[in-house]
Amino acid sequence: MVPHIIHHSSIIVQIVRIGLFVTCLVDLIRPHIGFAALKLLEAAGCEVVVPQRQTCCGQPGYNSGDRKSALALARKVLAEFETCDYVVAPSGSCAGMIRTHYPDLFSDQPAELERAKRLCDRTYELTDFLVNVGKLERVPGTFNGEVTYHDSCSGLRELGVKSQPRSLLAKVPGLKLKEMDEAEICCGFGGAFALKFGEISTHIADRKCDNIAAAGVDAVVLGDLGCMLNIEGRLRRRGDMKTKVLHIAEVLAGDSEG
Amino acid sequence: MQVASMHFKARAGGKLADVKLQAALKKLQGNFVRGRAERVAELDNFEAIREAGAAIRERALVHLDLYLEAFERNATARGAVVHWAETAAEANRLVCELAARYGVRKAAKSKSMVSEECGLNEALEAAGVEVVETDLGEYILQLAQEPPSHIVAPVVHKSKDEVSDLFEEKHRQPRKTGIAELTREAREMLRPHFLSADMGISGANFIVAETGSTLIVTNEGNGRMVTTLPRVHVAITGIEKVVPTLEDVSTLLRLLPRHGTGQTITNYVSITTGVRSEDELEGPGHFHVILVDAGRTRLIGSDLQPMLRCIRCGACMNHCPVYQSVGGHAYGWVYPGPMGSILTPMYAGLENALDLPNASTFCNQCGVVCPVKIPLPDLMRKLRERQFEQRLKPWSERLGLRMWGWIAQRPALYAMSARIGARLLAWMGGAGKLIHNLPFGGGWTNGRDFPAPQGKTFRELYAAGKAVMSDE
Ligand code: SF4
Repeated sequence: MVPHIIHHSSIIVQIVRIGLFVTCLVDLIRPHIGFAALKLLEAAGCEVVVPQRQTCCGQPGYNSGDRKSALALARKVLAEFETCDYVVAPSGSCAGMIRTHYPDLFSDQPAELERAKRLCDRTYELTDFLVNVGKLERVPGTFNGEVTYHDSCSGLRELGVKSQPRSLLAKVPGLKLKEMDEAEICCGFGGAFALKFGEISTHIADRKCDNIAAAGVDAVVLGDLGCMLNIEGRLRRRGDMKTKVLHIAEVLAGDSEG
Repeated sequence: MQVASMHFKARAGGKLADVKLQAALKKLQGNFVRGRAERVAELDNFEAIREAGAAIRERALVHLDLYLEAFERNATARGAVVHWAETAAEANRLVCELAARYGVRKAAKSKSMVSEECGLNEALEAAGVEVVETDLGEYILQLAQEPPSHIVAPVVHKSKDEVSDLFEEKHRQPRKTGIAELTREAREMLRPHFLSADMGISGANFIVAETGSTLIVTNEGNGRMVTTLPRVHVAITGIEKVVPTLEDVSTLLRLLPRHGTGQTITNYVSITTGVRSEDELEGPGHFHVILVDAGRTRLIGSDLQPMLRCIRCGACMNHCPVYQSVGGHAYGWVYPGPMGSILTPMYAGLENALDLPNASTFCNQCGVVCPVKIPLPDLMRKLRERQFEQRLKPWSERLGLRMWGWIAQRPALYAMSARIGARLLAWMGGAGKLIHNLPFGGGWTNGRDFPAPQGKTFRELYAAGKAVMSDE
């Protein structure tokens, strides 16, 4: 896949065409995270397209044992995004689904497997892309206060997203990062797990909330909407109305007041 | 052991509220999780060792028949007798027959998870044999008549105070409170049993094909007494425990204690080879090895085969946020945590443990720490797929998933549903933008609020933005 090249007088500018995978949760619940991602990718000099027919990466079905539905949705993603130079999602979970699980999903579909693998190699979680491909130097956002960062499981353990968000947060004027204990431990969301095993899920979320409270910060920042809803939901139920729960795209784009 | 895994959810609820259990589980995390991290950090070629460990176990499984035959040959040549048990019941029958043949009245046992699987103690007791567990943890559980809650630290769910009370009651001695005193008291109680037992029963962490040996790792020394003092030694273990060579064992031993207890090596590594020879002073006159299948061959050649690599270190449960929340008893059988969520459905029946493969957030902490690189979440997902295919999932869930899949394949319908959903949920959130009670979502809202959507979907706003731009 060769990025298309624009000849502009004597200078050759390479414009990379990104397909923004909005994710179903961002589309439904926090659209402004999608716009923040858009803004950041454009700040990195990319051309961003948003395929309008996109819906879901197939993870809910895949992780619940409904492989058939998952495969159908994976096919749809493949068709909609394979003409892009890169696919970027503001979610380690969805990017992880495409990047690490599509090869398994297509494993007995030889004709599509190769195409799927090519897509995987070009699929990135937002901060990973901004740091390692987009080489974003300056971020638009500012933030006045202390934050802690929660490492979402898929981003961390499937995609190795650990230093990327931190190095980007370090570029935000006014923001001070304070690590909490057990930042790498699951928040208890786990998709359908949060509904099916609500009590256990809440118990795990409580542990995360304890660690956030102990860090005593203005906001907890993270890269996945699933974890956001879970952590925010538990913090509020515990009576903490103050600690903000923010997606990293919002913070970096300067859009964190919603 | 009876399988009670169908009650996972119900049991888990009680465990979350059990203050003592929660404190015990916290301690376990501190000791074992930190211990593992430190021991692993000491190895500069850790990933290479881990890779080698996984490869050794995989090789043993690929050529399982060959290595088991070699084991039998070499063990027999040194005077051991190898028995094959296809089921747990058969394993019990074999041991009971041996007890009858040698006129055994008392058996001293060191820790063996396979014997727990089979319910061997009950079978022996029914046959009139007194069974004494000699591993401190297992001894405590035998007194308390409870099952283990962890494969390495079986009594982790009990506090020191509870043990003090138990010993006072059962030993009829003044109450002790220090760990050293309690241990000494247990030792004093156990010593006469080692000397008077007719049969020693052990498990095996590995069996070695090239030498025909069985091997156990322990910290208390009881294993050594059980395997050498009584006149008959019976080692009972699963067929998958075979390892080609002693060299291979040494690689695996660099992984097992580090991941299990955070030790570089256990206090004892006991290798038992054959019976006492004429010029030896110690060792049993009779050595029998019972190799148990009980569901293992079903995994061979299947997509779940990697599970049989397991070396029973316990790291997956020590690191699992779900195990850390509910402890081992909630899982309802011998093996808890992520490894148990795969082994229990496979050994005891998928339909008898419906919750277990689903009782994971897929955070993959287990897969990351497993010393033999078992992709535990992937294997749980395969079990979820089998549940789905065999219609073992509730119809409402199957329908929900299929509906989601169906709608998500139809962008126009999907967009419309999302529009309606976003508005409805935003309205439910009210001014506080929090939903306190989701119909059909009690699992969520019993313990958490649900942050309400903004109200319009991304795709609506994006399309509107584009329209504005093209107007300009
Ligand atoms: S599955 Fe892996 S981590 Fe868990 S007990 Fe077995 S070897 Fe240890």
